[in-house]
Amino acid sequence: MSDGGGMVDGGGGGRPERVDVRKTYKLFIGGKFPRSESGRSYPVQNSNVALASRKDVRDAVLAARAAVKGWSGTTAYNRGQVLYRVAEMLEGRRDQFVGLGVPAAEVDDAIDRWVWYAGWSDKITQVYGNANPVAGPYFNLSAPEPTGVVGVLAPAEPALLGLVSVVAPAIVTGNTVVVLVADTSPLPAITLSEVLATSDLPGGVVNLLTGRPTETGSWLAGHMDVNALDLTGVTDPGFGTELERAAAGNLKRVLRPPAEPVDWAADPGIGRMTAFLETKTVWHPKGV
Amino acid sequence: MFEYAPAPESRSVVDLKPSYGLFIGGDFVEPGDGGSFKSINPASEEALAEVAEAGPGDVDRAVRAARRAYDEVWGPMPGRDRAKYLFRIARIIQERARELAVLESLDNGKPIRESRDVDIPLVAAHFFYYAGWADKLGHAGLGPNPRPLGVAGQVIPWNFPLLMLAWKIAPALATGNTVVLKPAETTPLTALLFAEICQQADLPPGVVNIVTGAGATGQALVEHDGVAKVAFTGSTDVGRQIARSVAGTRKRLTLELGGKAANIVFDDAPVDQAVEGIVNGIFFNQGHVCCAGSRLLVQESVYDEVLAALKRRMAQLRVGDPLDKNTDVGAINSAAQLERIRTLTEIGSAEGAQRWSPPCELPARGFWFAPTIFTGVSQTHRIARDEIFGPVLSVLTFRTPAEAVEKANNTPYGLSAGIWTDKGSRILWMADRLRAGVVWANTFNKFDPTSPFGGFKESGYGREGGRHGLEAYLDV
Amino acid sequence: MTATTTSARSDLSEVGRSEATLRTFLHGLPGVDQVGAEQRAAMLGTRSIKTTAKAWAIDLAIRMVDLTTLEGADTPGKVRALAAKALRPDPADPSCPAVAALCVYPTMVPVAAAALWGAASGSGRPTADGSRMGLLGEPIDDGGPAIGRPPAGGATRVHLASVATAFPSGQAPLEIRLADTRAAVAGGADEIDMVISRGAFLSGRYQQVYDEIVAVKAACGDAHLKVILETGELATYDNVRRASWLAMLAGADFIKTSTGKVPVAATLPVTLVMLEAVRDFRAATGRQVGVKPAGGIKTTKDAVKYLVLVNETAGEDWLHPDWFRFGASSLLNDLLMQRTKLTTGVYSGPDYFTLD
Repeated sequence: MSDGGGMVDGGGGGRPERVDVRKTYKLFIGGKFPRSESGRSYPVQNSNVALASRKDVRDAVLAARAAVKGWSGTTAYNRGQVLYRVAEMLEGRRDQFVGLGVPAAEVDDAIDRWVWYAGWSDKITQVYGNANPVAGPYFNLSAPEPTGVVGVLAPAEPALLGLVSVVAPAIVTGNTVVVLVADTSPLPAITLSEVLATSDLPGGVVNLLTGRPTETGSWLAGHMDVNALDLTGVTDPGFGTELERAAAGNLKRVLRPPAEPVDWAADPGIGRMTAFLETKTVWHPKGV
Repeated sequence: MFEYAPAPESRSVVDLKPSYGLFIGGDFVEPGDGGSFKSINPASEEALAEVAEAGPGDVDRAVRAARRAYDEVWGPMPGRDRAKYLFRIARIIQERARELAVLESLDNGKPIRESRDVDIPLVAAHFFYYAGWADKLGHAGLGPNPRPLGVAGQVIPWNFPLLMLAWKIAPALATGNTVVLKPAETTPLTALLFAEICQQADLPPGVVNIVTGAGATGQALVEHDGVAKVAFTGSTDVGRQIARSVAGTRKRLTLELGGKAANIVFDDAPVDQAVEGIVNGIFFNQGHVCCAGSRLLVQESVYDEVLAALKRRMAQLRVGDPLDKNTDVGAINSAAQLERIRTLTEIGSAEGAQRWSPPCELPARGFWFAPTIFTGVSQTHRIARDEIFGPVLSVLTFRTPAEAVEKANNTPYGLSAGIWTDKGSRILWMADRLRAGVVWANTFNKFDPTSPFGGFKESGYGREGGRHGLEAYLDV
Repeated sequence: MTATTTSARSDLSEVGRSEATLRTFLHGLPGVDQVGAEQRAAMLGTRSIKTTAKAWAIDLAIRMVDLTTLEGADTPGKVRALAAKALRPDPADPSCPAVAALCVYPTMVPVAAAALWGAASGSGRPTADGSRMGLLGEPIDDGGPAIGRPPAGGATRVHLASVATAFPSGQAPLEIRLADTRAAVAGGADEIDMVISRGAFLSGRYQQVYDEIVAVKAACGDAHLKVILETGELATYDNVRRASWLAMLAGADFIKTSTGKVPVAATLPVTLVMLEAVRDFRAATGRQVGVKPAGGIKTTKDAVKYLVLVNETAGEDWLHPDWFRFGASSLLNDLLMQRTKLTTGVYSGPDYFTLD
């Protein structure tokens, strides 16, 4: 597994070459870093990355579900504060992402994207809600609400900006997510989870599973306690169709794989937020 | 005794033809590869008309006609002109309201009072509302350059035949799409009359196409490659099938499916209005309402008095001839639906719930089911979980607001909910926590074209009505 | 809300004991949602009452009319004429029933009593068994045109109602209002229509209102007491419900909407709320109280809507002149015209019916 940094005898009067500490990357579920239930892993960039299993999907959905009530129940202002804090942490770890090979410009874009979505927390309801002038003596208001637990198949590239661009819009409105990280570039994702774990984000709001989405995707898509599915990271149309079919089991809201290549640096609009919002309309008579 | 003498609405206003073809490309045409079926009056079982059943080739013809109209006429047409066609249609609906109401009651079995006072006025209002959007789409806040999708394939249910047509066609046309619509096989007639109204309005041929038929026709429409957008209202099971069938395509999909709404009555409710709301919630339209308040949750401290008042009120319901202006509860729409209601209510009794109906004389012919409540129902009973889609109410109790929320949300559905209490802050607390697309507080079963309607969870996705209703038909 | 529980009859005799008990009770009544109540009333207003049902309803409505004249310009002549009409609304048709009552100011009571019952004032008093009789125990034919003769086929005597208690404002000292009441009863009125002190009610002095009703009720003796809530001044349906219960608790035989002297008189939803109150009061106490909408009911169509409201709210027990009345004047002629239309098949006109 190792191809560098082996043990070297110290020579002369110089300081002996140090043996580095290798990192075993784990999953991020419920704010903790458990090993994969199966114990399997796969190597990436000199590191071992966990291969999530069906049971890890199950645990992550449980954690995400448990976090919905608290996260969606907090004030929009508070969610905005928490997300902005994440951006601050990201800024502080900027060089770490660069060190993983993420282009500096992408890291900057990712941080800026996170800040952009953080600011939406207390605005999306105003932009996407409505006062409805019904033809009768009624107060009638429509407001968006989070749909609940969103399963996300994150895009492989750009590893950090793509991930941030699918996670932030889902959680800023109060959803919680279970993210299947693309297997080709998991390290920025795991590093992001370390950022999230040390921020104020409650455990379970974001759950990141590394491994092979082709193995775990159908479990997530078919899970009856998942409310929505973001297939942005799916590149194989057949796989996308299979997951979309599985999602129909409990009528998940599905964001399909993009029809055309995405310009990740462009203004994303509100579509990634509204895809995982429910509109609730409340009526009440006006009388004395 | 104050016996109301029969007060039947005249049928003579309706000019029914013996048979109807498919409405494709602006004309009524004979089906090419389909057959025909009869639409019957569920209140008498008399055949009303012979209706064409569209085969796959007919559906293809209709989609092509719609595509041509989209490419050549409707798509390029300025919004302000599309608006004028929709305004025209709205006006004609108002002018022909009586005719439409009578035909709706004949074909569906719903009381004329409802078709006259609820369905048809809402149909006209819906066209008026969306007509006004046609030239203002850029101001809808959905995106800087909203564009139509193409041909919308729309499949609608039998419970509000013309109203569901309006909910589908009005926003689709306002946004510049053309449509192929399949009405339910038991209630096709007002859609066919609507086709005549499109002719009367000089709507360009192919903008609206009506293909009558049953499930196979609907499937052919939903699966047709030329359809860019599928909109379906109906059962959750069929909704699931449609969601599977469009998987992997680029077709946009909105689904408005079943429900098992909780109607929650607190001990400080305005009790007389709450009882009206309970009755309206479940017996309106024979309970053939996806958002019906089919689970009554009563706070235990007022259970006895609410139940007594409810029974007293139910004894006033007038069940019978849908065309009688004093009828409150009409006929069950079909023999199949009646059978489903019977089966589920028998299961309710078998599972130990207590059944009650007011004394009620039902006509000998036709499909009828007396307004019914079940008490002693628990959450595990099938009558508390399955959508019955009939005049059957399951009564449950709760002790605290938190328990009410928990029970109300304990269902795969999430279409609507009702709250009855005089305490404003409790209404808002409850409304926040109920997982339902429409929350009626101190009212129930109210609809308006400006008000978005649609469900959470397995009640479907997408919203119909209001500004949100545009989104389903636009690429933004 | 225990007061309206149907299962067990409640002892409400202690409710009037103090301001506190009254307030607790009245404010514990369930609220009325305005929009819901108005929609229910409007929906019942769409009932289509035709043919035999309409004929039945018209005759019942005629029998429920409190034929009223409450003008400063009232004279004995006017009252006598109205009495004749009350007894025989349609002289051309002996099958047409008499109205329920003649309703006049206290000064006109002796005149009205004489006109109705054909004798000096005081003769029309109810007997101990509650039936109303003439001086000789029989309707008298004093040689005048059919005065006092019961309408063919109907044994009900026409009652004599008088507004009292400083009608319509009620703004006179209690002693004067009680004297007003006693005078009307002494003059022969067997029904008294009193007004409550809306000011006291609206400022929450329920005990005062209660005590005044109790006092007037005592002054009535055997005469029936109709308590006018003046709902047009009560502003909310919650108040209408509370005032209804307050009046019933204090002993009202009838609750009545209006004096007819303020801009908003009887409406369907107000009557709906009052009908719910009498229904619930009977369920709670076993005592049945009548309802009288008054003012603004002018057409047969209106009257039939009210009867539908009674039928589907309080129920058929209230579909009787003993339990439901219309306070009206011009309504009667429209009922008569519609009645004629039903029997003759042609539309009638106002010239064919007497103005009073």
